[in-house]
Parts: sequence; C-alpha cells; structure tokens
Amino acid sequence: MNKFTEDDLKKELETKEYEYGFYTDIEADKFPIGLNEDVVIAISRKKNEPEWMTEWRLEAFKVWKEMKEPEWANVRYEKPKFQEISYYSAPIQKPKLDSLDQVDPELLKTFEKLGISIDEQKRLSNVAVDIVIDSVSVATTFKKTLNEKGIIFCPISEAIQEHPELVRKHLGTIVPTTDNFYAALNSAVFSDGSFCYIPKGVTCPMELSTYFRINEGGTGQFERTLVIADEGSFVSYLEGCTAPARDENQLHAAVVELIALDNAEIKYSTVQNWFPGDKEGKGGVFNFVTKRGLCEKNAKISWTQVETGSAVTWKYPSCVLKGDNSVGEFYSIAVTNNFQQADTGTKMIHLGKNTKSTIISKGVSAGKSQNSYRGLVQIGPRAHNARNFSQCDSLLMGDQCGAHTFPYIEVKNKSAQIEHEATTSKIGEDQLFYCNQRGIDTEKAIALIVNGFSKEVLNKLPMEFAVEAQKLLEISLEGSVG
Amino acid sequence: MLQVKNLHASINDKEILKGINLEIKAGEVHAIMGPNGSGKSTLSAVIAGKEEYEVTEGSVLLNNEDLEDFAPEERAHKGIFLSFQYPIEIPGVTVTNFIKTAINSTRKAKGLEDLPAKEMLKLIREKADLLEIDRKFLSRSLNEGFSGGEKKRNEIFQMAMLEPKLAILDETDSGLDIDALKVVANGVNKLKSKDNAVLVITHYQRLLDYIVPDFVHVLHNGKIVKSGGKELALELEEKGYDWLK
Ligand SMILES: Nc1ncnc2c1ncn2[C@@H]1O[C@H](COP(=O)(O)OP(=O)(O)OP(=O)(O)O)[C@@H](O)[C@H]1O
Ligand SMILES: [Mg+2]
Repeated sequence: MNKFTEDDLKKELETKEYEYGFYTDIEADKFPIGLNEDVVIAISRKKNEPEWMTEWRLEAFKVWKEMKEPEWANVRYEKPKFQEISYYSAPIQKPKLDSLDQVDPELLKTFEKLGISIDEQKRLSNVAVDIVIDSVSVATTFKKTLNEKGIIFCPISEAIQEHPELVRKHLGTIVPTTDNFYAALNSAVFSDGSFCYIPKGVTCPMELSTYFRINEGGTGQFERTLVIADEGSFVSYLEGCTAPARDENQLHAAVVELIALDNAEIKYSTVQNWFPGDKEGKGGVFNFVTKRGLCEKNAKISWTQVETGSAVTWKYPSCVLKGDNSVGEFYSIAVTNNFQQADTGTKMIHLGKNTKSTIISKGVSAGKSQNSYRGLVQIGPRAHNARNFSQCDSLLMGDQCGAHTFPYIEVKNKSAQIEHEATTSKIGEDQLFYCNQRGIDTEKAIALIVNGFSKEVLNKLPMEFAVEAQKLLEISLEGSVG
Repeated sequence: MLQVKNLHASINDKEILKGINLEIKAGEVHAIMGPNGSGKSTLSAVIAGKEEYEVTEGSVLLNNEDLEDFAPEERAHKGIFLSFQYPIEIPGVTVTNFIKTAINSTRKAKGLEDLPAKEMLKLIREKADLLEIDRKFLSRSLNEGFSGGEKKRNEIFQMAMLEPKLAILDETDSGLDIDALKVVANGVNKLKSKDNAVLVITHYQRLLDYIVPDFVHVLHNGKIVKSGGKELALELEEKGYDWLK
C-alpha cells in the first residue's frame, strides 16, 4: 500500500465516471406492489426482452413460489413481506441539489473521512457537478480500449439485446434458478446488473469497475452479474463502492455468476457498505447474495470481499473446482458493529484432480453484533490430491458481541489434505494502553489493530480499493468503545 | 520536570503504592531499584496514566502541571515515554507503520501536519542505524515473535523516534546480551540532554555502568525506603535488600 498515495486516490476518483447526464429515459413510475406472473412478464416487456428471457424468468418465478425462505443462517430478522414490495422501479431520480450545504452533514462527514473529493461527494449525493465533459472523455477512452481487445463490458440488459447467444448459453448455468430462494427470486425479477466477456487469451488491461459502466441506473435491488473469462484470459473485477450506500430498498438479493474456462483467471473484489441501520439497530439493508464461480481446467477464481455494511448479510461466494488443477480462493473481512448480523463464508467444491483452495476469513465484531463464518469444503470422489487450507480468525471488541464459526468438511477421496485453523482474540486493554502510551488515541489504536488483523485480506485487494477499504474499516468501528 | 508527591495508588482495591515522593529535574538520570513486586512497574504505569490504577492520594506533576485529568495519549503528547517491561504484540502492524502512526498522532496533537513520508523514512533509518537495527526488522509485525532482546531494542528505537522529555525505562536491560546492552545504553545516552530526563528501573548494577545515574532510589513495598548517589547501586549489588527492610 505504499506506492498508492492518497493524492492518487483523489485524482482517480475525480476522473471517474459521472453517471448522471447519460440518462435520457428516466421512469418515474413504479409497478404496483406484489409479485405474480403478470408482474414478471411486465418486467421483461419493459426491458424489451426476447421471448426466451421472459420464459426463463417465468420458470424461475414458478420455482420460487414453491420455495421457502431459508432459516438455517445464524441471523434473526423480520422476514421481508414479499407481496408488499414493488418489483420494478426504474431508477428514480433523486431531487437534484444545488450545493453540498443541502446534503446530510453526517454523510458529508463520512465522505470527508474517506477522503472522497468534493466533486465525487457531489456526484454521490446528487449535487449538480460541472466536470461532465471531462468524465465523458474518460469513459469513452475506457470503452475504446476495451473494444480494441474484444472485451464486452456492459449492463446485462444491454447484453441480452446485443449478445443474446452468450447470455443465453451461460445465464443460470452456475447459479441455477432452482438454487435457492433468493436466487430464484432474483432470476424472476432482476432489474439489471453487469455483463462481462473476456475473449480467449486476452488479459484485461484495467480493473473493471462498475464505476465505469455507462447508463447504469443506480444499484438495483435485484442485481444480476455474469462474468465469462474465455480460455487463457484474465480479468480483475471490482464491485461496490466504499461510499456509504443509502437505499430505501430494504431487501437486496443479488446473483453473481463467474465462469473461468481453461487456464483463465478471474479476480473478483467486493467492498460492500450498504446502510447497516442506526445505532439502535433500526433500518438497514438485508443483503442476501448468491455468488458462485466455476473453474475449468487450470483455471483460478479469487473472491476478495470487505463487508462492513448491511443490517443482515447472508453471503457465500463459492467456487466449483471442476477442472483438474483448478484453484479457488476466498479472502474475506466482515465487520459488524451495533446490531448488525452477518452470516458469511464460502463453499469450495473440489471435483477435479489436484484442485486447491484457500480460505482466509477474518471477522471483526463490535457492539451487540453477531458475526458468523460458515464454510463448506467438499472433496468429491474423483478429486485426487485435492488440498484445502482454511483459516478463520475472529476479533472481538467488548463482551456483548458474538463470533461463531461453522466449518463443514465433507471428504469422499482419501488422498485429500485439509487443514483448518481458527483463532479468536480480543482487543486487549494492554494493547490499547501500549498504543495510547505512544500517543495514539483509542479510536486510532483500534483501527490500527483491526487493520493489522485484516492485513492478509487487505493485501489481496487492488491498490486503490485497499486504501479506501482501510479507511472504511476505521469508520465502521467508530464509537465501538466507550 | 517530574514531581511525584505522596502518591498512593491501588488496583482492585489493593494498595500498591503507599506514598511515593520523587523529584526529577531536567538533565537528570534517576534509577529505581527494588525487589520483585515492590511496585516499580506500577509506579511507571501510574505516571503514564494507565486507567486500571486508581490514584487514591497524592499527585503526579509534569512541569508543574497536574497530570490527573490527562489520558495516557495526552501524557505521551506532553513528552512522557514508557519503555515497557513486557512490550505488547500487535499482529499485522509493522514496526514502521506503528511508529509512523505514533509520530503523526503526536504531531497532530501539537497542531502539526503529518511528517512527509520521505522525512519519516529518513528519520526511521537514522534511528534504526543508531540502535543497529536491521532494516528488514522494521517490516515485521510489532513485537510478534521478537526475542526478548529484540523487543527491548525496539522500545528504545521508538523512544529515539519520539524524543520524549521524560523517558521511563522499565527493566529495559533484562533480556539484552552484553553487546545489545551497550548499543541500547549508547542510544539512551545519545538522546540525553539538559532538557530531558531519564528514569531507569533495573535490578542490575551493570546497566548503571553505562547509563550513569545521578540518584538511585530503593523501592520497597510501595515506598521509597532509601535514596542515594550511584554508589548505592553498588552497595545493593553487594548486600541485597534485606538490610533495608
Ligand atoms: N492487576 C493487578 N491485580 C492485583 N495485583 C496486582 C495487579 N497488578 C500488579 N499487582 C501487584 O502489585 C505488586 C507490584 O507489582 P509491580 O509489577 O509494580 O512490581 P515490580 O516492582 O515491577 O516487580 P518486578 O521487579 O517483578 O517487575 C505485585 O505484588 C503485583 O502482584
Ligand atoms: Mg516490574
């Protein structure tokens, strides 16, 4: 993290995509609440989808109707009332503000701490910005570079129109519509998301970030992402944003599918900072995500995630190691404070020979929060010489929070080597006093200790994300000691 | 510089310090000796402001200012440094990152900007060289897996970086081999000036051959039972503590 200075970060943020201004057709109308076949069809129509897509959604809806919301996760919350949600709301334009003075001062304080530039602050809080021309040119250059390499990176709705053969071939192959309750729901009603295709042998020359996607209508409630890395290609994909995402939508159920064909590599990094609810535990987003990747021969998928937001998180980015010698990695930091609850982890499904997986999970719990790691390592009968290393570390602050570890291991091949390590530690008074004695106040000391604890994961993030993520950890733990 | 007046302190309702009086002037070196459990580390922790200890009577003044209402980090900003008898591990935080954070926190408290990275690096190198610390060592996790001697040397490195007004060295000599002892003592001596002061806590006369004290005090059962010049340390080495009880 030494090369990338904060100035660079600021500069980069300043030149980032400016979302507004590209929109021409902003719908103000919402669908009536409730979900039935007509609504599913209407969503599909609205998006001008081909017949097969409509059918696919309807199929998913049929499955979903028969399913029950899962209850095995270590989280307690009042279940969303699915018939009281409106399933299609085109991006509603928030009221435009004239200056930052009109923005919630709390939000501005957070922006400042994150080191987000004034222009970016304006963009994020919907204040009119006057640097549009510059941003347009940046985005255009970006698109051009990708085009030259044959890389497709666009909203999934656009991909359904422009590249139906690719979408049809792969959509739902990794996370089938029948996979689970939320995945089925997402399949029926997903609003938009990203599509990415990297052609054979191509190394994507830049980090693909949703920031750069033109015409993106805010982050939808039901996002759908599909990333395909063709043989021998490489891509690093960044999802999310460290700026606090406030959203009226309580329920978020995204699906992400990754496909890494022979010798390909996908690095997928997420920073999730949805509104976690207030200090009393009111409000906040429910985040029920299904993320899974498939590795063919010699392929590799790495999931790296920093999770600080949401009131309830339910999320298990997984790898199916189908091809021989394929590699799956999961690096995660989940921070919970106040009344947040997180049940997250991964599944590593070893099917091919010599497959290898690594799991590093770091949970930090403060306040009255509950933080659970749930992981499955499964070694199939044909997975000779499969190897897994798992490490789950929990850091507790105070004595009102909880950390839990649920590792599941299923081995059907005797040649497998599996290692599991778990530790639980507390931030000690002695550690804090030591820092204090060196002039470091307690809040900063906690940030320092937590960053140290999370280092192995932070190091896996692309540089610009790592710097922001570090600050984010600091902010999410503010006020966690009295 | 430092005045300790009739200081009584207890932990969990157990009185450990039972009326300590001590005055250290700028430019002086004081040594405190005394049997195990007599309260030496407690005294240093109370001066540094550790909150677990309750001061029941008396006061600690730094440059005539009562420290009572100041948090440990504020005392550090005022120039108090404690070299810990048992330095604490902070996994994943490098020596460099830790000291950088410490320096910049102190600067911030004084209304100064962060020290530019280049100057920070220069300073770190200079002080590491002074204490003959290998560069590679600086990127290791703070105190994690350090040998006893490495921990102590690292404490003095931090002291050299922070340039305190009053440095309290709690058994910094224990765990150091003879060569390391010379390096560390040399480091301390280099930093000594007429404007700062040092309080060394030790069990052994040996350290005092290198860091020569102006005064030696014997702490016993929470009280200073004898004070003298540097020859007192020699006498203790010879006779032990029994004759003072
Ligand atoms: N948290 C605590 N609870 C109860 N007693 C304590 C606590 N901390 C220290 N003490 C007691 O206070 C007394 C003084 O301890 P202190 O560490 O100050 O001694 P010391 O002079 O530094 O000894 P040593 O030479 O062994 O380092 C000891 O009897 C010790 O057991
Ligand atoms: Mg002691």
